[in-house]
Amino acid sequence: MTSDIPEIAPTFRFQWEEAQDCYVILYPEGMVKLSQSAGEIMKRCDGEKDTSEIISELKTTFPGVDLETDVRNFLENARNNGWIRFKSK
Amino acid sequence: MAGLDSNQSKPLWLLAELTYRCPLQCPYCSNPVEIAKYNDELATGDWLRVMQQARKMGATQLGFSGGEPLVRRDLEELITEARRLGYYTNLITSGVGMDEARVKAFKEAGLDHIQISFQASNEELNNYLGGTRSFQHKRDMARVVKELEYPMVLNIVLHRKNVDQIRDILDMTVALNADYVELASTQYYGWSRVNIDQLLPTRAQLTEAEKVAREYQEKMKGKMKIIYVIPDYFENRPKACMNGWGSIFLTIAPDGSALPCHAAAQLPGLEFPNVKDHGIEQIWNDSVAFNKFRGFDWMQEPCRSCPEKEKDFGGCRCQAYMLTGDATNADPVCDKSFHHQQLHDNVDRIGKLSGTTEFESKPLLFRNMKNSKALM
Repeated sequence: MTSDIPEIAPTFRFQWEEAQDCYVILYPEGMVKLSQSAGEIMKRCDGEKDTSEIISELKTTFPGVDLETDVRNFLENARNNGWIRFKSK
Repeated sequence: MAGLDSNQSKPLWLLAELTYRCPLQCPYCSNPVEIAKYNDELATGDWLRVMQQARKMGATQLGFSGGEPLVRRDLEELITEARRLGYYTNLITSGVGMDEARVKAFKEAGLDHIQISFQASNEELNNYLGGTRSFQHKRDMARVVKELEYPMVLNIVLHRKNVDQIRDILDMTVALNADYVELASTQYYGWSRVNIDQLLPTRAQLTEAEKVAREYQEKMKGKMKIIYVIPDYFENRPKACMNGWGSIFLTIAPDGSALPCHAAAQLPGLEFPNVKDHGIEQIWNDSVAFNKFRGFDWMQEPCRSCPEKEKDFGGCRCQAYMLTGDATNADPVCDKSFHHQQLHDNVDRIGKLSGTTEFESKPLLFRNMKNSKALM
């Protein structure tokens, strides 16, 4: 069974990169620089929070922004890219 | 990014060629033919310092390569420090010298990714090309790598003697659950240049290989990423080699010489600085060698006035030197190069050799210390 709890896939690494001044996704011989919003979402994919909890946390941090659709779309893309997976229960 | 001044470029990619010792003898090895000259390898402390200095400048990807990096007994220690510094660490290996305990130890040390090379898809050709009985062991190690949840790249260098196996090669990589497959066309410098007559594929072989590669790319979409690049001797435009000289790549050879690419040591008249004498920042920003082909002022025609110069930076400096005798010339792969026809003629000449008895029986020159000494 898969849950609604995203986590970083074991074949990718996610980290803050000082020299790039942004969060990045690292994989064999490659790197993707993330936008600020993508970084804020990814850093909450900790294998603890489910998607709704991530959204409500982001709403608290960035009040007044309607971000639910964007977050769900981003997570879908991130999963298609293999960056995250939904934790199996 | 590329072609910018040194103060804007960063060595994002650090390739640590830990040693040129290797249990394999592949006749297409990209190491210099002068490997026997490199007796004096950097000590552990030198490598730790290099990694720290490059990381401080923004290096993110670190490749442990060689030769065979597993030969170095301090590899675990180097991985541990690399991970502590925040590098994404890649081990580029033949798999020979590896066992399950060591793959586990690397994992604990923080290694991110393992790339294993195969020479062919069957035991006979694999062991012949590598000059070592290694095929079964490579397969065993690939399985261990996946069991430990590493992302795994399988790398197969393609040339005339194995390119017809491309379908079997891809089936093998699928069976081994590779995440990425690099079908790397031989680049003709180092040992492969000595063996070019035997190794350069024919146009007919390439047409077929490309068809199969595209078929598998489609079939494996989302499951396995297949990287297939057409060998550039058959192209009309050069690659943006190294993304531009001194732009993002930094190679450190086993003796500590710092190079803008791993083939650059052959370029005449350039003194490559050594990490035993200078810090990485000084090497990258201030050395004559790293500034030599930055920007566009060094170019001759047809590059100088070419609208594509900002895209491909005139191609590969080493290839320009090898094929024209002058590293500031356009890479002859480009059909605007005054030497393109000559390259084209040579490709045709080699294409006509294949199949003849005299040619087929000509032995490959294997990469080993004995042959290296003979060539120097």
